[in-house]
Amino acid sequence: MGGRLVLKLESIVKTFPGVKALDGVHLEIFEGEVHALCGENGAGKSTLMKIIAGAQPYTSGAMYLVGKEVVFHSAKDAEKHGIAMIYQEFNMVPELSVAENMYLGRLPVSPFGKVDWNKLYREAQENLDHLGLKFSAKTKVKNLSVAEAQMTEIAKCLTIGAKIIIMDEPTAALAEEEIQILFRTIEELKKKGIAIVYISHRMDEIFQISDRLTVFRDGKFVASKLIGETDYDDVVSMMVGRNVSNLYPVRDYKTQEVVFEARKVNSRGVHDVSLKLHKGEILGITGLLGAGTIELSKLIYGAIPMDSGEIYVHGEKKDCSSPRKALEAGIGFVSDDRKQEGLVLLRSIKENISMSSLKKLTKGFRLDNKLEADRVQEQVKALNIKVSSAQQPAGKLSGGNQQKVVFAKVLLADSDILILDEPTRGVDVGAKAEIYTIMNKLTEAGKSILVISTDLPELIGVSDRVIVMREGRTVLEISKQEMNQEKILAHASGGVSENETGN
Amino acid sequence: MKQETKKRLINQINIYRSVLILLVICIFAAFLSESFLSVSNLFNVFKQVTVAGIIGCGMTFVILTGGIDLSVGSILGFAGVVASGVLASTGNTFLAVLTAVAIGITCGIVNGFFISQCGIPPFIATLGMMTLLRGCVLVYTKGSPIPVKVDSYKFIGKGTVLGVPVPVIILIALFLLAHYILTQTSFGRSIYAFGGNREAARLSGISVKKTEWMAYIINGFLSGIAAVVLTARLGSAQSTSGQGIEMDAIAAVILGGTSLSGGTGFVLPTVVGAMIMGIIDNILTLMNVNPHATNIVKGAVVLIAVLVDKKVKDLSAKAE
Repeated sequence: MGGRLVLKLESIVKTFPGVKALDGVHLEIFEGEVHALCGENGAGKSTLMKIIAGAQPYTSGAMYLVGKEVVFHSAKDAEKHGIAMIYQEFNMVPELSVAENMYLGRLPVSPFGKVDWNKLYREAQENLDHLGLKFSAKTKVKNLSVAEAQMTEIAKCLTIGAKIIIMDEPTAALAEEEIQILFRTIEELKKKGIAIVYISHRMDEIFQISDRLTVFRDGKFVASKLIGETDYDDVVSMMVGRNVSNLYPVRDYKTQEVVFEARKVNSRGVHDVSLKLHKGEILGITGLLGAGTIELSKLIYGAIPMDSGEIYVHGEKKDCSSPRKALEAGIGFVSDDRKQEGLVLLRSIKENISMSSLKKLTKGFRLDNKLEADRVQEQVKALNIKVSSAQQPAGKLSGGNQQKVVFAKVLLADSDILILDEPTRGVDVGAKAEIYTIMNKLTEAGKSILVISTDLPELIGVSDRVIVMREGRTVLEISKQEMNQEKILAHASGGVSENETGN
Repeated sequence: MKQETKKRLINQINIYRSVLILLVICIFAAFLSESFLSVSNLFNVFKQVTVAGIIGCGMTFVILTGGIDLSVGSILGFAGVVASGVLASTGNTFLAVLTAVAIGITCGIVNGFFISQCGIPPFIATLGMMTLLRGCVLVYTKGSPIPVKVDSYKFIGKGTVLGVPVPVIILIALFLLAHYILTQTSFGRSIYAFGGNREAARLSGISVKKTEWMAYIINGFLSGIAAVVLTARLGSAQSTSGQGIEMDAIAAVILGGTSLSGGTGFVLPTVVGAMIMGIIDNILTLMNVNPHATNIVKGAVVLIAVLVDKKVKDLSAKAE
């Protein structure tokens, strides 16, 4: 690397009671580089980040900032040394302006103690302009898009003079176009000599944006490599500790009868969408943020109201005006937001898994505890959910296992038609492969899957057929043989006009 | 190993913390007054807490959904005076009890309608009901008490079966039933799921509106039962009956360890919480403390108990 070494970690060890979260980890970060941290959930990435950002102390080892040993006592402390972190959940006050948020706690004041608004807005705007951002510093944060809010956080890092910015899954909530804006901003930051520590589950992003990467496994350092010296398979096998030959199972699907049909369904954000799903098929639906894909899935499941249209299951017209009715019609749903919509984190794994099947598990007035425990255990085993006991709160599980609990809930309800919204979001590679395998097995068992994903390699990897949506309408339908990322993206972003699709 | 033991100990304390607080207070009480531990006094305490206990039982359902019901005291007051009125004019105990229960359920239906169907925050909806119903009480009674003169009715508040006071039997029966409903039925699961994460519950196919509505109906129903027990015990229905009882009930639920944000807790510890409040009341009376000062002590105990509770929770979070 051209830049000088700004941060060096040497033999960092972090123990929690009973667990060694980090075991002699090394890391070197250079000026102006984007350094990706790779590892499965539980590999120690988050702990390491928190240590670098001063949010957690380490047990032993040493940390050097531009050659000098440093010890951070708090996140504020780390900030003073020029290390800032952008969290997955933003820490901003929605009712205040962009500028106020950027300078929160450090507002410039005039000699009489009054906030110097002119200076505040001028300086904030300068920082936004530097990053090539096109919104006003006077905008209230609540009126920003997710991407803009994130850019504001990044601009805030500049105002505190950050030399190293840690980004934890920065693209998790962003649409494709917004990701490009983020990447342009990252390029700007690099030019200023700022180092970025980048964490993402999306491998294609890592290869697109980073200069170097470091892989961790089970709290141990595995390797640091320049991006040119490695490739996708290499990184994944380092993360998993074995060769992962193919993430996506081979599918052998032949068109069978139609089991589900939506005819001209409409709702807010969805216009006149019709689609058919066949038995044993995985149908992928994709589109940019705001294309209406998530709305479509929720509309079918009755989670948002349908303005007009008809839904047929096994050729019979069904009323899917509420999730309960949709479930009764044999439709199951896995939300893209498992923490807010998928799970009751406070409650046990068992209660979560049986949540959609309470009626079936009730004998007379009483829940049949034995039957419930058996059914839950079957699912835990079938989906290989790693739990110490089914009484554990769902909130204590890793992302991948939480997602499997949501799957188990839907499967226990015995739905024939499954709607999966972003089924592998925030899930590590190992669990992803398992989820794909589960999907494959389900379709082999005669179930049909509608999967909504913005992760194009995944979508192409798992789907038998793909429908692309734009602005609430379907714009393209392609079969497995014709699928390629460029074509899908071109239609999703409106790069191709509808009469050219030929489909 | 030492860590493990510590963790397990903290977990145990977590489960039985309300019982522990009760024991500590009982030991204090026994030292402060000799007559505290006598059987008659203990039954007396038990009888005193039945009304707050029964309401606390219903309140547990509401608080488990993440809601609150401030109107229980007024429901109790209104159900009590109308039932006593019916009793005075007909002399029919059955009809009077039915009236109280019907009023309780109706009020619960109205509360639940505003909250679950119209989306009005529980605090506001039940605050409105609290004021409205207290007004109804005053209009109905014109401010003067209604005496209860039918023995079979009084039996509900004063009678004993095999030496055990009837209100205590009612209290225990209701708590066991509530415990069964919460832990053994699909409705109970729905309550917990609703309180833990309403949207996830809805998307899991649970009828969230019905579940929430039902919690307020149960609470109204139990307020009606409490009204019967109270008027039967006192031998009259006052226009002020039940005033402030919502605070005792909420305190009992919280002392029982149920989270105000919903989703976690049990109903049985609520009765322990009610006992704690009752014993504090009792011991202050036995010690001849100025009755006006009892609220100061009760308020302080609630604050301290919740503070200790928070510390224990923080400790157990750290142990993990």
